[in-house]
Amino acid sequence: MLSLVRSMWLIFLHMFHKRETFQYPEQKAPLPARWRGRIALTRDPDGGERCVGCYLCAAACPVDCISLQATEDDSGRRYPEFFRINFSRCIFCGFCEEACPTYAIQLLPDYEMAEYNRQNLVYEKKDLLIDSEGKYPGYNYYNIAGMAIRGKDKGDAHQEEPPVDVKSLIP
Amino acid sequence: MTNFWWIIGGVLFALLNTAAGLIWVERRMLALWQDRYGPNRAGPFGLLVVLADTIKLFFKEDWIPPFADKVVFVFAPAVVMLSVLMSFVVMPFAPQIIVADLNIGLLFFLAMSSLGVYSVVLGGWASNNKYALLGAMRGASQMISYEVFMGLALMGVVVLSGSFNLREIVEAQKTVWFIVPQFIGFLIFLVAGVAETHRLPFDIPEAESELVAGFHSEYSGMKFGMFFIGEYLGITLISGMLVTLYFGGWLGPAFLPPVLWFVIKTFAFIMLFILFRASMPRPRYDQLMEYGWKVLFPLSILNLMVTAAIKLWLNT
Repeated sequence: MLSLVRSMWLIFLHMFHKRETFQYPEQKAPLPARWRGRIALTRDPDGGERCVGCYLCAAACPVDCISLQATEDDSGRRYPEFFRINFSRCIFCGFCEEACPTYAIQLLPDYEMAEYNRQNLVYEKKDLLIDSEGKYPGYNYYNIAGMAIRGKDKGDAHQEEPPVDVKSLIP
Repeated sequence: MTNFWWIIGGVLFALLNTAAGLIWVERRMLALWQDRYGPNRAGPFGLLVVLADTIKLFFKEDWIPPFADKVVFVFAPAVVMLSVLMSFVVMPFAPQIIVADLNIGLLFFLAMSSLGVYSVVLGGWASNNKYALLGAMRGASQMISYEVFMGLALMGVVVLSGSFNLREIVEAQKTVWFIVPQFIGFLIFLVAGVAETHRLPFDIPEAESELVAGFHSEYSGMKFGMFFIGEYLGITLISGMLVTLYFGGWLGPAFLPPVLWFVIKTFAFIMLFILFRASMPRPRYDQLMEYGWKVLFPLSILNLMVTAAIKLWLNT
């Protein structure tokens, strides 16, 4: 009986506590930097697309919401011909970001993507590409990888040795 | 005669608006005690949520289940409103503001509040649904057992004031409010009153975690609204009765008009009812019965006997 009175008193004291609610549209909850929200495709420092169309994100996606088609431009850079994420399926697990070898696909701390029309949740490449380097500024895949493209031969990459002629027997 | 109609109209207007406003008050207060905001979007402080709720209730499909007993199903929600509103007939809001100054006012209140149980029983029975029926049965037995010592607790007040007339009971509290000599009686009446309105610690006829919504599971639209408003009217009624019987009714320092004192005190008790809801767990059904019959019932008889004995001793 006394415990009931005590709990009533304690609840009454909550009158003077701070309220927990965020008044959402006006006041937004602080999100941690690693919040897994909207998915974006980032660019390298030169403004080129980072995505090389390796399909690893699509393979890693547990709900199969990513679909893309890789192609190659005339300089030898691979890029996705289309890149489509169906956000009505996406579970924001972040596996695609982990799988991506070029830091291209990244999850951003943004969750305000509700739509009235379900079809609008299918994001095409133009919706996904952002003019930013995301969480990895300064990273440029083709400057690090040994792959030759036009304007950058084998051995030109950052900290890359010139190629060795393995057929030569001279020590 | 015109004065009489003004009082009836005024009382009805005030009561129905209070009951509707309590929807907002309760949600805001519960939110305050749970560190939330509650409805605060529609209108100033979210006050228009009352309007929104009312409009919603009016425009909902007024559905009568095909398996229900139609006549009783329609009739049941009206009973709770009627019986509670009839109880207010004897409530003295101020020396002049009283609809009917009955010499058996207290008995009339008890009779009318007992009639309220018919709404629960008939509503549950006519719904022809096992959860509704279970809720109705619980409601019936709860009300019958709590009605007993509710009446017995009130007899202490009657013994002290020597009258069943509520206006005279209030006037008998001019020197000291009955909360002082009748503290036990007050506690018993408070508990019984909560059970009478089946409010939260004792809301086992509804018990949404066990019985869906209890006796009004099948109700929708304005018929549900009647139960809803009836419950808030019941809270107002029991709070008003507590004030009238134990807290000196309209009596209070003269700087405020009597009716305002009545309203302030009643409102404090309504807040207490909401605090009950915010803080108390629901007892099990057998615990409720045991508590009623084994603790409160003997206590109320003891209270009545001791009060009567002291009164006799002082008179001789």
